[in-house]
Amino acid sequence: MKFSHLTRTIFTAAAGLALAAAFGGSPADAQKRGGTMTFVVPDEPPSWDGHRETTFALIHPFAPFYSLLIKVNPDNPSSPTDFVCDLCTEFPKPTDGGKNWTFKLRQGVKFHDGTALTAHDVVASYKKIIFPPQGTTSARVAYFTMVESVTAKDNHTVEFKLKYPSGAFIPALATPYNFIYSKAKLDQDIRWYEKNVMGSGPFRFVGREAGAFVKGERNKDFYIKDRPYLDGFEAIFSSKQAVRVQAIRGDRAAIEFRGFPPKSAEDLVKALGKDITVQESPWNCVLLFTPNSKKKPFDDVRVRRALSLAVDRWGGSKSLSQIAIVKPVGGVAYPDHPLAPSKAELEKIAGYWPDINKSRAEARRLLAEAGVPNLKFTLNNRAIDQPYTIVGTWLIDQWRQVGITVEQKMDPTGPFYAKLRGSDFDVSMDFNCQSVINPLLDIGKFLSADKGNESYGGYTDRTLDKMFEDMNRTGDVAEQKKLMLAFEKRVLDEEARSFVTLWWNRIIPHRSYVKGWKVSPSHYLNQDLTHVWLDK
Amino acid sequence: MSAVADVRPEIEVVERPKTGLLLRMLQFSIRNPLGAAGALVIVIMFVMALLADFIAPYDPVANAFDRLHQPPSAENWFGTDQFGRDVFSRIVYGARTALLVGFVSSVVGATIGLVLGVASAYFGGRVDLIFQRVLDIFMAFPLIIMALAVIAIFGTGAQNVIIAITIPFIPRCARVVRSAALSIRELPYIDAARANGFSHSRIILRHMVPNVMAPFLIMITAFVGQAILLEASLSYLGLGVQEPTPAWGLMLQGGAEEYAESAPWIAIFPGIAISLAVFGFSLFGDAVRDELDPKLRSQ
Repeated sequence: MKFSHLTRTIFTAAAGLALAAAFGGSPADAQKRGGTMTFVVPDEPPSWDGHRETTFALIHPFAPFYSLLIKVNPDNPSSPTDFVCDLCTEFPKPTDGGKNWTFKLRQGVKFHDGTALTAHDVVASYKKIIFPPQGTTSARVAYFTMVESVTAKDNHTVEFKLKYPSGAFIPALATPYNFIYSKAKLDQDIRWYEKNVMGSGPFRFVGREAGAFVKGERNKDFYIKDRPYLDGFEAIFSSKQAVRVQAIRGDRAAIEFRGFPPKSAEDLVKALGKDITVQESPWNCVLLFTPNSKKKPFDDVRVRRALSLAVDRWGGSKSLSQIAIVKPVGGVAYPDHPLAPSKAELEKIAGYWPDINKSRAEARRLLAEAGVPNLKFTLNNRAIDQPYTIVGTWLIDQWRQVGITVEQKMDPTGPFYAKLRGSDFDVSMDFNCQSVINPLLDIGKFLSADKGNESYGGYTDRTLDKMFEDMNRTGDVAEQKKLMLAFEKRVLDEEARSFVTLWWNRIIPHRSYVKGWKVSPSHYLNQDLTHVWLDK
Repeated sequence: MSAVADVRPEIEVVERPKTGLLLRMLQFSIRNPLGAAGALVIVIMFVMALLADFIAPYDPVANAFDRLHQPPSAENWFGTDQFGRDVFSRIVYGARTALLVGFVSSVVGATIGLVLGVASAYFGGRVDLIFQRVLDIFMAFPLIIMALAVIAIFGTGAQNVIIAITIPFIPRCARVVRSAALSIRELPYIDAARANGFSHSRIILRHMVPNVMAPFLIMITAFVGQAILLEASLSYLGLGVQEPTPAWGLMLQGGAEEYAESAPWIAIFPGIAISLAVFGFSLFGDAVRDELDPKLRSQ
């Protein structure tokens, strides 16, 4: 097919416009090199190991130091199906009926210490994630239940063999926590990365001051030519939202990648006008509360169920969305997803009944029947105001209305996780924040304690585990939907394992000079800063 | 038998005029008007704390999302906060937290300090030397740093806040009391008590402690104000009592910071409450010192 000169010109111009728009700038923007971007992070991570952690506090300051095998398309981070190669050279086509995936790696990639990155490093990293050796923790074992083996065919070829074909495999592979580590370092000490940084990403680690900042500088040997644009970045830690908002207002920070409530965004726009750009997205993140099933009286399903029945989610959505970064009502599956229950289906589940008075009466009845009409307990919460403190305080008021007295204990991220992992709580705020939207994997959070590494309720429920596996094995969407609804009912109602409060709503007001960064439905995605530049 | 004349001289007994409590309070107010003002603030705080259930027009922890960020009005005298809770009701109930933490930590801290200080002075020698060096270590840390360290060990919550504030008070009281007890130790009646074979604890508790009550009481009144301020500081930092407990320092963080421009009353009223309480205890403490110190009283 031949194109006329005019058609070619139009295509070229359109491609240029698309490219410019893709990186967040107007067509007139030309990417500028240089500058140090400062951003604020609401908390510090418990450790520096991406394979172990599940928090933005790790991703935001540390993702720029690492490469991934594949990642979401930074031009289209909202898509749950658009993935691009990072360390691989081209996206492979699976063989053996979808059970064999072979990735060719870039040549000449170097770690920041100058050593070459090979397929053995990729294999060692994925083995640590999928089959964590004794003494280590991987938060994403459940994502890779379909993987049988991962091997290096040669220095630049990695092969994944699956037990069964699964549409969940590629999204799992693209999880932004799957940092590629140096095999040599892992062989030296499998936990080396918990306290050290050494990757092959666009930025090199410069330093970290506890409670203050993490700094990175441009990796001059980065494998993508002319990237990154920035000379460096500085991630400043501040747990107080008011301080973070003021940091952006006073231009001491350009952006916070997690999200602010509507009021803060409005205030910033009012104060700074065109100097502030606001990006908004639904969020694949939900705040949960999880009773400790090992502890009395929460070993009684009636007590657990009463906790959920007391909560008015429909009313809470309207009221809390005014002051917190939460809004949509949903079950365990991402609300906008085809596998998620409809409103009518949801309203049949305990805790979602449209009549809150009836729901609370049932809660009181169950508590009385269980012999704890005046239940008292401590709510373990994370000392981050948005949305933890606010939702925690709201929950306490909800429970108060059925005669439950709750004291709230808040801890910074490290001790908070320590209590979750050590089952040292009565009821805890918990969360399920995922990256690529994929409910089939995202609900791995609710599996039995020995199956889901992020499952903190202390229960074993093989029926749930089987439903999860069946959902992932079947390719039939109708069957998946049926199983998902049964899964929702079992987790939230019949067995009352863990409960959804409200899903989050992501609003990112940032300095308008920050270009090349696009909001996505996850605050974990697209955070390596490779394409970010400052229009100053 | 001749009568023996009673030659005992007549002793003129001058009776101290009996004065009622009200009259004495009036006299105190005239002598020390600032102290009286401080006492008034303290009395108001106590009334608020004791009768909070009757004074507060709303439940201090009940959310009311239809009344978010309401400015002060006839319905909500001090406005409402980010959860729609009545700020006035929370301040009234907050007096309970302030007084509970203030008094318990001050009394416990000062009492332990009293015993340690007197014992240190009484035994002297190596015991005194070791006690004082240990106290020096504790005194080397500013109050807030010491409290933060204790919170870091024990965790947050009202009970742990009381412990965190109590511990730094102990060496401060012990040091002051020791200096007063040192002079008492040298008095003859202490030697007499020793000569009579009284036990150490009897001498310390029955003969020395009552004689250092003046500095002890002064320290307590000074500590209460400091404790209220410290509790507010810890709560402001998110390390003190936790939501939804009504506490003045806690009311200054979170929504108060976020909405400082659009809803300043969320921060202003608890700020005023903390300032008044600390000011009140400080004035009253000064007045107590003036009353108990004979040198100052005669001026």
